[in-house]
Amino acid sequence: MGILAKERDIVVPGEILATGMDFLPAGGAYRDKEDIIASQVGMIQIDNRLVRVVPLSGRYASKRGDTIIGKVTDITFSGWIIDIGCAKDAMLGLKDATSEFIERGADLTQYFNIGDIIVAKIFNVTRVKSADLTTKGPGLMKLTRGRLIDIQSTKVPRVIGKQGSMIMMIKDMTNTRITVGQNGKVHILAQDPEMELIAVEVIKMIEANAHKHGLTEIVKKFLDDKLKGKNISIDKTKAIVLEKKPILKNGEENV
Amino acid sequence: MYKKRFDGRKFDEMRPMEAKVGVVKRADGSAMFRIGKTIAIAAVYGPRELHPKFLQNPEEGVLRCNYNMMAFSGSGERIKPGPSRRSKEISHITEKALLPVLNLKEFPGTVIDVFIELIQTDAGTRCAGITAAAMALADAGFIMKDLVSAISIGIIDNQIVIDVDKEEEDYEDGMCDMPMAFMPKAGEVTLLQCDGFTNKEQLKKALEMGKEACRKIYEIQKTALKNKYKVEE
Amino acid sequence: MSLIKNHIIGLVNAGKREDGRGYLEYRKPIKIEYGISAKSAEGSARVCIGDTEVIAGIKMEIGTPYPDTPDQGSLQANVELLPLSSPEFESGPPSIESIELSRSVVDRGIRESRAVDLKKLCIKEGEKSWIILIDVYSVNDNGNLSDAIGLVALAALKDAKFPKYDKKTDKIDFKEHTEQVKLKKIPIPITVFKIGSKYLIDPTINEEKASDSRLMITTTEDGEICAMQKGGNSQLSVEDVEKMVEIAIEKGKELRKLL
Repeated sequence: MGILAKERDIVVPGEILATGMDFLPAGGAYRDKEDIIASQVGMIQIDNRLVRVVPLSGRYASKRGDTIIGKVTDITFSGWIIDIGCAKDAMLGLKDATSEFIERGADLTQYFNIGDIIVAKIFNVTRVKSADLTTKGPGLMKLTRGRLIDIQSTKVPRVIGKQGSMIMMIKDMTNTRITVGQNGKVHILAQDPEMELIAVEVIKMIEANAHKHGLTEIVKKFLDDKLKGKNISIDKTKAIVLEKKPILKNGEENV
Repeated sequence: MYKKRFDGRKFDEMRPMEAKVGVVKRADGSAMFRIGKTIAIAAVYGPRELHPKFLQNPEEGVLRCNYNMMAFSGSGERIKPGPSRRSKEISHITEKALLPVLNLKEFPGTVIDVFIELIQTDAGTRCAGITAAAMALADAGFIMKDLVSAISIGIIDNQIVIDVDKEEEDYEDGMCDMPMAFMPKAGEVTLLQCDGFTNKEQLKKALEMGKEACRKIYEIQKTALKNKYKVEE
Repeated sequence: MSLIKNHIIGLVNAGKREDGRGYLEYRKPIKIEYGISAKSAEGSARVCIGDTEVIAGIKMEIGTPYPDTPDQGSLQANVELLPLSSPEFESGPPSIESIELSRSVVDRGIRESRAVDLKKLCIKEGEKSWIILIDVYSVNDNGNLSDAIGLVALAALKDAKFPKYDKKTDKIDFKEHTEQVKLKKIPIPITVFKIGSKYLIDPTINEEKASDSRLMITTTEDGEICAMQKGGNSQLSVEDVEKMVEIAIEKGKELRKLL
């Protein structure tokens, strides 16, 4: 009787985490008679009586309110089809794309064309798990410059950090603008290609070490080592001059 | 009488096994499983949009497995590429072996593709494929109520043997070949085939031994999945 | 132009690559492993360049020589871009990309260089000869499959042994092997990509997509060219070709040492 797994243990499906009625299964776990069993590969989190498995991998599942980065894959009568890296394609309707009135039969490519990368927000998830998007709102737009990388969506919270602390540190130290989509797409805009490479490297490093303890310290040291002897301009005004369009503000902290 | 196995193993002894996950970086999940000289790799892609649309199931996701032996992986002549009747049937029973642990209601209208490739073979390929595929699905982060572990059982001259190799499979007086897959926690059967003669008592015993073997395979699958996230102290 | 392509070209023009490498630098380490299917295949190998991984195996058969070359055996290649190795590859009949790779990298590269002496494959003139069948599979596509495929096909050939052939019964005993397949030459195919005005090798997936023209050049240790294949939708100048050939010869030397 009692708990068999420890906090932060990595568990796999079929593993017994606890026995008896003192504990309750939460996400990634289920009860079978006396036992609480893991149903996902992940890290154990014990919260009083609740035993939860926090997933470490898996495709992005769309959630209302999430800011994501997607790619236009098709144009239909009613709007744009967007690949956001989840099971189902997302939909950006005409009236949600712009506050302008779009006339019937208008050339939709003047707004978004196939292959365009956009920052959008999910305002609805349908019964068949398809996301409805909007690009109306601050920071929601088409991306025209900068680097786009993929990370696992399950690692996004670690890249952002508590109240955005991790991403702020990376942005400050590398002097870059970074937008983290909840779907694991990360957009980086740097003045200096060298800083871009460092920012990419550090984000990939966080992804690979997301399950480790004391990540902030590891990242801080990593960045310090990388930036040693490098002269980074912390002239923020220059970075802003570089922008033609407003870039996503705090969108990345949107959880 | 089959008194001693060709390679000197005990009747219930499996060949050395090895497992690793994350072997195909581009995939959502992947794994390698080796038992003796049989080596299988599996990669999972999805859930993703299923085209053409008429193949979609609006109620739940579709699991699509594809078993293939590489052209050079057989023991004799080159195997012609492309699906055969054999590979199609194995793909089909692999799907059935894995479905009981998955919950596809979460992914209506989508497909989950599982690709299994055999690099080298020494019998037991469908079981190695299923064992690798189950790890790949877990690695891809799917909700699974259990893993699936599979083993081939043989009956040679009334003797039950675990983990048949090619030499035993080709036993001159014939043998009964019984691949099986289990959910190791629940101890329930998800694949059972039989090619040859047996009887009720023998089957009961074979299933018991199969279950025991699959528990050992599960331990190897478990360690491989955990090793991916092992923190070096 | 797409965001990613635009960005790659911008980086290259600024003297950088998306993973920080030099233009003519391979990802490290390049790993070659032999005998990965020793139980089944007559020869086999695995090659990893960064996260890109390919494997190859050799099988042998006895056939009748072609009427126009009665004293020679033959060598056939097949490349499969497995859907297991990339979300972009689809199941079904071989794609044009995989056919092009089979023909340009392996078929022409290895056969035209006469890496294997086809006359040595003849058993009885006009009647019986060995057919060497090379099958190459992609396991993980993280860019530059073509260089990896060329390398792995050669490595598998280098690893190959003839199975025992009984003239009386006209049967092959695949359980026993006789002599090693001999390689007279080591032809190395290198694909040089042009991005903007720069040349680079060992591209990432994004770089492959950002490049409009490329040239695959197979060279031997004597510095001879034995096969070429121009790819991509844009043209190359004569000067481009000359420079790319120089790069392929130099880089060929580097890879040849690894075999």
